[in-house]
Amino acid sequence: MKDRAVRGIMRLARPAACGVLLLLLVPGCTPNNPYRASERGANIFYTTFSEPPKHLDPGRAYSSDEYDLIGQIYEPPLQYHYLKRPYTLIPASAAETPGPVYYDKNGKRLRPSAPAEAVAKAVYEIKIKKGLAYAAHPAFAKTSGGAPVYANLTPDAARGINEVKDFPIKASREAVSGDFVYGIMRLADPLVECPVLPILEKYILGLKEYGDALRADLAEIRRQRKEAAGPAYNQDTDERERPIILDYRRHKLPGVEKAGAYTYRVILKTKYPQFIYWLAMPFFAPVPEEAALFYAQPALAGKNITLDRFPVGTGPYMMDTFNPNMEITLVANREFHGETYPTEGGAGDLEAGLLKDGGKPMPFIEKIVFKLEKEAIPRWNKFLQGYYDNSGIGTDSFDQAVSISAGGRAELTGAMKAKGITLTTSVRPSTYYAGFNMLDPAVGGYGERARKLRQAISIALDFEEYIEIFNNGRGIPAHSPLPPGIFGYGGRAEAAIDPYVYDWDPARKRPVRKSIEDARRVLKEAGYPEGRGADGEPLVITFDNPWTGVDSTPMINWYIKRFKLLGVQLENRTTDYNRFQEKMLKGNFQFFSWGWNADYPDPENFFFLLASSNGKVKYQGENAANYSNAEFDRRFKQMENMDNTPERMGIIAEMTDLVQRDSPWVWGFHPVAFGLHHRWVSNVKPNAMANNTMKYARLGAAQRELLRDEWNRPGWGIAAAAAAAAAVITGGAYVLARRRGGTAADNRGHRPCSPTS
Amino acid sequence: MFSYIVRRILYAVPIVVGVNCLTAALFFYVNTPDDMARKILGEKNVTPAAIENWKAGHGYNLPAFVNAKESGLGTLTQTVFFQKSAPLLWLDFGRSDRNNIDIGGEIKTRMWPSLAISVPIFIAGLASELFVAMMLARWRGTLLDLWGLVASVVMMSVSALFYIIGGQYVLGKYLMLFPISGYDAGVHSIKFLVLPVVIGVISGVGSGVRFYRTVFLEEMGKDYIRTARAKGLGEGRVLFKHGLKNAMIPVLTNVVVSIPFLFYGSLIMETFFSVPGLGNFTIDAIQSQDFAIVRSMVYLGSILYIVGLILTDISYTLVDPRVRLE
Repeated sequence: MKDRAVRGIMRLARPAACGVLLLLLVPGCTPNNPYRASERGANIFYTTFSEPPKHLDPGRAYSSDEYDLIGQIYEPPLQYHYLKRPYTLIPASAAETPGPVYYDKNGKRLRPSAPAEAVAKAVYEIKIKKGLAYAAHPAFAKTSGGAPVYANLTPDAARGINEVKDFPIKASREAVSGDFVYGIMRLADPLVECPVLPILEKYILGLKEYGDALRADLAEIRRQRKEAAGPAYNQDTDERERPIILDYRRHKLPGVEKAGAYTYRVILKTKYPQFIYWLAMPFFAPVPEEAALFYAQPALAGKNITLDRFPVGTGPYMMDTFNPNMEITLVANREFHGETYPTEGGAGDLEAGLLKDGGKPMPFIEKIVFKLEKEAIPRWNKFLQGYYDNSGIGTDSFDQAVSISAGGRAELTGAMKAKGITLTTSVRPSTYYAGFNMLDPAVGGYGERARKLRQAISIALDFEEYIEIFNNGRGIPAHSPLPPGIFGYGGRAEAAIDPYVYDWDPARKRPVRKSIEDARRVLKEAGYPEGRGADGEPLVITFDNPWTGVDSTPMINWYIKRFKLLGVQLENRTTDYNRFQEKMLKGNFQFFSWGWNADYPDPENFFFLLASSNGKVKYQGENAANYSNAEFDRRFKQMENMDNTPERMGIIAEMTDLVQRDSPWVWGFHPVAFGLHHRWVSNVKPNAMANNTMKYARLGAAQRELLRDEWNRPGWGIAAAAAAAAAVITGGAYVLARRRGGTAADNRGHRPCSPTS
Repeated sequence: MFSYIVRRILYAVPIVVGVNCLTAALFFYVNTPDDMARKILGEKNVTPAAIENWKAGHGYNLPAFVNAKESGLGTLTQTVFFQKSAPLLWLDFGRSDRNNIDIGGEIKTRMWPSLAISVPIFIAGLASELFVAMMLARWRGTLLDLWGLVASVVMMSVSALFYIIGGQYVLGKYLMLFPISGYDAGVHSIKFLVLPVVIGVISGVGSGVRFYRTVFLEEMGKDYIRTARAKGLGEGRVLFKHGLKNAMIPVLTNVVVSIPFLFYGSLIMETFFSVPGLGNFTIDAIQSQDFAIVRSMVYLGSILYIVGLILTDISYTLVDPRVRLE
């Protein structure tokens, strides 16, 4: 009996031991490899996303994580040059960069430098490239009679279809100007819920009226359906079973017109030079009407197969797998019209090897895999194991990755250098600031006393310290709303510093924040000696924020501590984001903290945050401080529609002086993004404006496999020793128990048992 | 038994409706449709017109519970509560507020990864907890029992997060035996499941052993055990055949009610291991204030709870012939 058992164990143990031995001996056996064996050595780029993208519809997507995906798929008319700085627009799907033609109210053509008041119409004629083709898609599949293959799909016909790639028949077609026009018309469709429609309505001729007409059409359709269904009408169920497709041709949109198969025009009702930047966003990418109709079939919508999840574009990549809960994969678009890697770049690009692939056809990478990684620790560790090709640097892993030299320069640590990891840094076109409610009787207003109060607080809030503590030094203290890289940014030159907060150190040729004594002095001049008002009571200011993260308490404490240095009490009022928004909208706050990420690299996109026409309380705009200064507004009106001329630079300097004096914001800082990539990834240059950068990247898959194998040798020996130790301890305990304790039956014979013993 | 089950299901209807009412009331009074729209539309360019358009598109422009503008039945049916809650009765979960996805389809897809983790943890965890508990009860009062108890108390006192991060560090990062996180479809998911299952079992074993040991100790002192021993049965048979069978009522009370919730998955485990299950789905919905998903998951939770209780009652009749459901 015993022998049989032993023989049985041996029978099982032998193959298991052989398997383990094989794992140890076979090169490249890395049991922690999260990818399939078939992917080994393949030209696949692995990266991550931390939360599922909400929308991939080009008319609706607006966040950076969404642009990381659709930027590779859709091709708007323009794109940012990958290497050149300052950011330069070049054609993408357009044949050339369009320039506006201005007309006055009598239809007379004006010169390009015409003042905005004289311009009644600005026409952008956009010529698109010939031969632009959409990635193969079932929406384009046609029968021999020319009818769509996949029209009127029934649930039975759609059985077994879970993704677009499951359709057996696919086809492509050329993108023409009508698709660009259709894409712009869609922006006004209330079902698309375009987030930038309020902005575009201000500029594109007739877009507002067109949107109103579509909204009325939609309301009428819903009203009719409701009337037909009676009290049982359920909008959600009804529109799932019978999706509404609005007829865009019922109304005319005068601001967009087709002018041939490869040309269309966008007509603005005013001079708006920044419009050119909008042409680099996916909102203006071509959308084929066939795709919109294809996805509007209930059998597909019920399976979550929609344009919002499965884009159809002409770009270098196409959607392969869309599983936002696990992974999203893009593959090279075989129909891509072809584009070559840039042959010229910015200073230092040649030396950095960034021009080696100049003139070669893109994309270089066959497939991009975006893996869902919600937590920073696993994401970081998998990057270190070589399973992700790039990574950001979280606060937790900052010290492991980067050391700051005595000169304040960020450098990789020895461990990172040993792995051949490369660090890239770039200042983001963003501004994080703290602001005052200018409508508040205590901290707001434009009198000398209120100004000085805000200036004193601006001095006390030492953002150099803040950046060191909370951002690991990854930031540049701000002196105005404009971040580096934006026209009008004065840098850290003497003339550009905020003279109310900083002094100029001629010896070190750099701005130095005024001392806390200076701040106290200014506060005293404001009528608050040692932070106390005329009644002798300490000044109390409330601080509204929606912070709930790990760092939130230390950050709030930092603010409180800095205010305390002035003798001012900062009362924290953290709420959830909804309450915070509500307070901001109603003006029920004194002091807050917020940030702004540029839509496009133009000073107008930052200064509008302080224009009174954009006031949060009055107009529900983005001017959260509710700053209102007629002088500033006048200059803003002048500046917003100007080209980047010295005159514009002068106006920006005047505007900066005004807001520095009034101090509606404590300027805060401009964040610096740190990125890491492995040695096998090349052609990497951070570009904060471009969202289509994956086509430029190249990777050495063979080198990656070798290094992955080297870095991921499993600790079988330790694991076996640990298992043996656990077995010995358990066996020992068992033997000891038998020897010393006897059996439960023995014990139980002598004493009653209690369930709680 | 059939009439009992029917009666229990009928009792469940007001509970489910009540849960629905409470969820809707809480959501609307804590979080108005305007708040939801603002949160979902993002931080930029959220104009009053955009909010109104979003509300109209998602049916949140109706009054919450009573529509005075309508007449007859419409006063009740043309309300947010009715429009959103009535279809739930026939398990039509509708579309999510955040990105218009079909919630029912998403639940069907996501329940499999949740089950792939929770079922092995449940089975292996229960088996190991019962086994260890019986061993401790068997050698009660010995060093094995003492140290087993100490180990159980220590293990149940440690946060689940510690096990996850520690397990990922030791087994995934340091020993490199398993992928640190991730998931894959079909048979490829196995290598991703080992680590979370091992961690799930270890993290639950402490409290389980403590509970089942107590249950077994109570059984071990009973007369039928003494009788079994007296007639010469081996200790293994006494424990596993007689002891375990008679300890099943408290075991089932603890276990069966949690079976339906295996669909729900584990919130923390799925987040840390990037497993695309329902736990992750719920967390995402709460964070993004997607009322449609939260409402659906709460509703599903209430149904699963009731199903769990009914299953528990039924299971009693299977292990104890004295129990009759009438």
